[in-house]
Amino acid sequence: MMRKKALLIDLTLCIGCNACQDACKVENHLAEGEEKRLSDTAYTALEEHDGVHVRRMCQHCIDPTCASVCPVGAFTKTAEGPVLYDESKCIGCRYCIQACPFQVPRYEWSSNYPRVQKCRFCADRLKKGLQTACAEACPTGATKFGDRDDLIREADDRRKAEPGKYVDRIYGLEEVGGTSVLYLSAVPFEQLGFKTRLAHTPLPMLTWQALSKIPTVVSVGGVFLYGIWWITNRRTEVERVEKEIKIQKRPSNGGSSTHS
Amino acid sequence: MKNYFRTLTFWKAAATVIIVAGVYSTIYRFTQGLGAATHLSDEFPWGIWIGFDILCGVGLAAGGFTLAAIVHIFHIKRFEPILRPTILTAFMGYLLVIFGLMFDLGRPLQIWHALIMWNPRSVMFEVAWCVMLYTTVLALEFSPVLLEKFGLVRAQKVMRKFTLPLIIIGVLLSTLHQSSLGSLYLIVPEKLYGLWYSAYLPVFFFFSAIAVGCAMIIFESFMSARTFKKGLETHLLSDIARVSVVMLAVYLTMKIADLSARGMFPLLIEPRTETYLYWLEMTVGVIAPLVLFSSHRVRDSRQGLFGGAVLIILGFMLNRMNISITGMEGWAGVTYFPSWMEISITLMIVTTGFIVFSLAAKHLPLFSHGENGPQSRGEPAGPVTGTHPMVDDFGEDLKRLSQPASATSYGGSHEIRFR
Repeated sequence: MMRKKALLIDLTLCIGCNACQDACKVENHLAEGEEKRLSDTAYTALEEHDGVHVRRMCQHCIDPTCASVCPVGAFTKTAEGPVLYDESKCIGCRYCIQACPFQVPRYEWSSNYPRVQKCRFCADRLKKGLQTACAEACPTGATKFGDRDDLIREADDRRKAEPGKYVDRIYGLEEVGGTSVLYLSAVPFEQLGFKTRLAHTPLPMLTWQALSKIPTVVSVGGVFLYGIWWITNRRTEVERVEKEIKIQKRPSNGGSSTHS
Repeated sequence: MKNYFRTLTFWKAAATVIIVAGVYSTIYRFTQGLGAATHLSDEFPWGIWIGFDILCGVGLAAGGFTLAAIVHIFHIKRFEPILRPTILTAFMGYLLVIFGLMFDLGRPLQIWHALIMWNPRSVMFEVAWCVMLYTTVLALEFSPVLLEKFGLVRAQKVMRKFTLPLIIIGVLLSTLHQSSLGSLYLIVPEKLYGLWYSAYLPVFFFFSAIAVGCAMIIFESFMSARTFKKGLETHLLSDIARVSVVMLAVYLTMKIADLSARGMFPLLIEPRTETYLYWLEMTVGVIAPLVLFSSHRVRDSRQGLFGGAVLIILGFMLNRMNISITGMEGWAGVTYFPSWMEISITLMIVTTGFIVFSLAAKHLPLFSHGENGPQSRGEPAGPVTGTHPMVDDFGEDLKRLSQPASATSYGGSHEIRFR
């Protein structure tokens, strides 16, 4: 089986040089120019929080919310890890943008035939056995590419090697069931704009709990409704027949009505 | 015809202004894109076109399946006279929802993708299929009116055979659809404010839809009575109000139990916008109408019925807007207020609904079943002697209704004319 790839982003090593964004823009043919926030022309961006450069990008969840909510299945999770968007399927409902727990997908609001834009985890490069463009460009090793399992081990090693340097958490290890982008930080994540209260179960489970009840609702509901109809209909029938019998017993009445 | 328009000059003028503004905004939206025409953003991707046009639109169409079930499943045939206008409203409601969706979708011409590109894990996929199927069912449920209008006897007979399965499918689809609009928000546990987010959102959406369905039946009956100078079946509406009382009571109990189970009571007294709007929604839309409609005197009075129904409708709309907008703003960290173009397109859609409904009411046998003669063209005169009790029983109640008020067997209730 294909080993899951991931990125380990060590915020203590980031110097804010923006090489990752530059390389990303070249790789994905996006409009040039430094951007400080994710946008439809920036798949990654360095946000500054309390002097710490926080690299934001698609987390490539293991069970991606965007892939579960898309009505036409425009998002797919590949075996290697990347979550990919197929613009030819998209109808533009923007449920992915609404649902993403990390607020990642961006929309081409100014376009008349808009796409959703987000990091592709350099899926084409991965196929060729290369690492992502951002990891390759990072001069300090703040962004490191590798197998997810190896990177988790490495993150643990780094924390053990320098006790007290990092906060006691690997962000992305368990959030919404785990993601393919892992973060280490010396500053508590909640101070850096991270969503730190996310559940550890994948969000798609929440909607699936409702969706999985559809067959029951349809079958039980159908039988129930037919049952009620049968009973009420029978009652009307019986009333009608009883009345008819009464009328037959008294022929002088004429019996003009056939209804109850 | 001329008189009719002369009396409605103000509304005609207002409608014209709205349509002109709406058409301008439509052109602008489809040439300049969503970003230019709306105040939507990556932080706030769903605005009033989802919150009002879709969530409220579908909910307000809930009268259709509620009444269809009452009449055809529960065999409470005395409601049959108001079934047709209600089905029409539901049908139009759904058509307008689809129409509204075309504005909101970034790639509206790709809407058919949902037919062949499936994702059964997606609530939106369920919503899409329910809208498609239920709109079809509503069209079929409404078709007898057209068949009658054009005197197609054989087709009418064929349609009758399908009445029961259609009604059952319609009720099931509505149940799924109304609730699935609530399920849409299950995926945003962190984003939706604690007063509204609940694992039971689909159940809440379903029960509130039935309650507002009842309110809409009452509201529409008043509107058509006024516009078309026809009698008002107050006694029928009073019973519908009673159904809504049960639904509101169930809804309120579940809402309280849910807040308690999630430990959200403290949020009820926290001084913030969400709290005020939540209280407004619950007071106006649930508690007040529950108290009002529990009283016999209110239910039997014209003003009481109308007022209570309006409260339920307002509260319902507030609830859907709170969930889609108020409750999402806090987390997004932005304030959203729709652009004038978003508002004008929504108004245009609503106005279109009113216009189409009044045209249909004028030209189709909606209220005056058999009165204008279309039925006598299609059916032999005299008592109906069909074999299908479900449909044929129907003449009896109507006969009673069309008699002068003093002759009806409904104790104490009279046909009231709306001036």
